[in-house]
Amino acid sequence: MSPALQDERAVPRHPAAQDRAAARSALGATWAGLPDALHAEWTKLRTVSSTAWLLLVAIVVTIATGAITSSVVKCPGSCGADPAKISLTGVMLGQATIAVLAVLVMTSEYSTGMIRATLTAVPRRTTVLAAKAAVLTAVVLVAGTIAVLGSVLAGELLLPGNGFTAAHGFGPLTLVHGPVLRAAAGSVLYFWLIAMLGLGIAAAVRESGVATTLVLGLLYVLPIIGSLILNPHWERRFQRYSPMDAGLAIQATRNLGKLPIGPWEGLGVLACWAAAAMLAGWGLLRWRDA
Amino acid sequence: MTTSSITPYRSGRKPGRDGFAQLLRSEWTKFRTVRGWLYALIAAPLLAALATLAIVGAANPTRNPGAQNPGPTGPNGEAVTDQFEFAHQPLTGNGSITVAVTSLTGSFVAPPGGLPPAGWVQHSLGQGLQPWTKAGIIIKDGTKPGAAYAAVMVTGGHGVRMQYDYTHDIAGQGGSPPAAAPAWLRLTRSGDTIAGYDSADGTHWTRIGTAALAGLPSTVQAGMFATSPGADLTTQGFASNNGGQFSTLGTAAIGHVSRQGGWTASAWTASQVGLLTKANGPPGVHCGTGCVRAGSKPAPGAGFTAHGDTYTVSGSGDIAPYVPILDPLGLSFKGTLVGLIAVIALGAMFITAEFRRGMMIRTTFVASPRRGRVLAAKALVIGSVTFVAGLAGAAVAFVAGGHKLTQSGWSAAVFPAWPLLSAHGLQMVVGTAGLFALAAVLAVAAGATLRRSAGAIAAVIGVIIVPLILATLLPMGPAQWLLRLTPAAAFSVQQGTQFYPQVSHACLPYNGCYPLSPWNGFAVLAVWAVLALGGAIYLARRRDA
Repeated sequence: MSPALQDERAVPRHPAAQDRAAARSALGATWAGLPDALHAEWTKLRTVSSTAWLLLVAIVVTIATGAITSSVVKCPGSCGADPAKISLTGVMLGQATIAVLAVLVMTSEYSTGMIRATLTAVPRRTTVLAAKAAVLTAVVLVAGTIAVLGSVLAGELLLPGNGFTAAHGFGPLTLVHGPVLRAAAGSVLYFWLIAMLGLGIAAAVRESGVATTLVLGLLYVLPIIGSLILNPHWERRFQRYSPMDAGLAIQATRNLGKLPIGPWEGLGVLACWAAAAMLAGWGLLRWRDA
Repeated sequence: MTTSSITPYRSGRKPGRDGFAQLLRSEWTKFRTVRGWLYALIAAPLLAALATLAIVGAANPTRNPGAQNPGPTGPNGEAVTDQFEFAHQPLTGNGSITVAVTSLTGSFVAPPGGLPPAGWVQHSLGQGLQPWTKAGIIIKDGTKPGAAYAAVMVTGGHGVRMQYDYTHDIAGQGGSPPAAAPAWLRLTRSGDTIAGYDSADGTHWTRIGTAALAGLPSTVQAGMFATSPGADLTTQGFASNNGGQFSTLGTAAIGHVSRQGGWTASAWTASQVGLLTKANGPPGVHCGTGCVRAGSKPAPGAGFTAHGDTYTVSGSGDIAPYVPILDPLGLSFKGTLVGLIAVIALGAMFITAEFRRGMMIRTTFVASPRRGRVLAAKALVIGSVTFVAGLAGAAVAFVAGGHKLTQSGWSAAVFPAWPLLSAHGLQMVVGTAGLFALAAVLAVAAGATLRRSAGAIAAVIGVIIVPLILATLLPMGPAQWLLRLTPAAAFSVQQGTQFYPQVSHACLPYNGCYPLSPWNGFAVLAVWAVLALGGAIYLARRRDA
């Protein structure tokens, strides 16, 4: 082990240029550690039973909620509804499980003390966080795709029976239809951004209970408060800038002109939340002792 | 050295037992010695109160037409609806009036937007007769809307009632009149006291109740009346509301009129009490999201006709307290959710920390092997501290929030600032504190079951808070079932609107209305907490620690 690496472990990190330079020279090429870090993170993620359980719960909850919603919403009564939004209602619940997974990817290392071994093996904290984000991205995109495809399929099968037919001005709910494809693909991206939001906040606060509370508070409590303010001005602000309301605008396929925020702009707002969380997590991870 | 001769010191007292008091003490010590938990316990009520006040502060009365009182105010300063067809004569001093109501029918008044579609009509009783369509006899302090009164009446769906001064409603003996069997009604004035009677045959009378109308002048107006409230057929669709309020007309045939006492006139004068109110929109037409209940316009067809000894009275409106659709205080009280999630986190971490920090749970279970009691002690400690915290936060939010609403221009007649110790104040404040405590207990149970704080917190938020979001989104039926079956039912204790059994209202989750009454909803959460704790105790006994 080179002296520089030992130095990296012993001395609290500061954003000093020479420190970074020393670390870089000790490690050789800048990205040399990434494949190994990825491999390590993937091993950690797949060998914990909670990962598989959480992904399974996310998929089941998303599809089940979507299917139940698709079976109870009927067109005489809810003809103004958006079929894509109906079938993807489950995303609102499934995201909680994804957020928990993202939080645990980071905080379980702190509660077990594993983080010290991780940072000893891969001292570049940016690399650690990037590797965690990458493996999390992979599993969330896969699980999210399954959950979204299942939900859309359930809606496609159930909604026409509830009056969402051509007679009432509804086209078939298929991915061939551009806006439906956007809603479905956007929902997968939504899951991913929620995971990044959770990972960033978890890296910043390091305690799974606190991180989960913060993420779910942002996701669920902000929109409730927004919908209760008896002031259209503030209500609209909350709809435009709270992460869940804004992000789920991606699921809209009808009356796009009346939305508080456009589909992609809304997902962009969520991306800003996620980026801010990741930036905060990265900064604190880098500048703080483990 | 003779070790055997040394007798170790023994206290004269009995050896300590793992009594429940000791368990409580050890759990309390664990709680109070973790600084982060104490911070969270202080932060939770602070955040709850601050968030509530922020929402109240943003609630703008000038942007909400419902913030003003659309009608008259009653004898106690409360907003009332007072519109009816009144055939009256002056009555000076004491006296009585007796009538027989032979029929009561109802119909929809064709509004400018057309009659309601057939699908909506089935929600209401019949083709226009409302459960609270009412007709009968009334003694009233003049014809001014909002004046004191006492009346006995037959209703569309609630039998014979005696009602007085808007908020009081007493059930009589008789049912709603089938055409064959008339309902006999009698009002007797004696000083400030008016007694109401009903009878099935006109000879055997039962007193329904008495009304003490303080300050009733010597000469009052008394006679026959009919009125019928608008049918509120608003329903909730997926992410949208539809339906609206439709005016109805109630028509009664009244005969066998007899009067005793200080009646001076011989002919009936017909008046429409409460002609037009400050309606906020055209009455009876399609009314969508955020629509405010409009005062019903006196319907065409309302009137009074005499055919010899029998009379027909037709009227539209209501004589009842005004129940607003908006609930600014109740909605603002959802700001306590910010404190609630902190309490949920606290409850979950109070138990999951034991599983993590140096396997504390093993020490705990060695010291007190009866695991059920350990969990019960934990639940009791966390429930108590969060109850106290919730009480403080909710009390501040309630008093300051109510004051701020009145101050910023919400009509005090419609949205009264309830005193903290009134039944309504206690419901909201103690109910919210209980909600905090039970949510914390639920979190302890989830934490003991799942052993991971992240999973436990997500699960509890998933069952308590997420249904609130889904309930505003889903159609009426599923939304109301969510609010009946999930722990979110308990948020009904935070309803700020005073509902009356004698006023029908469309109960839309979107508007913050809950299908269960406040304490029934609270009981749903209590059942969840007890079942979850029972399950956690069962698992704690069966599993390895």
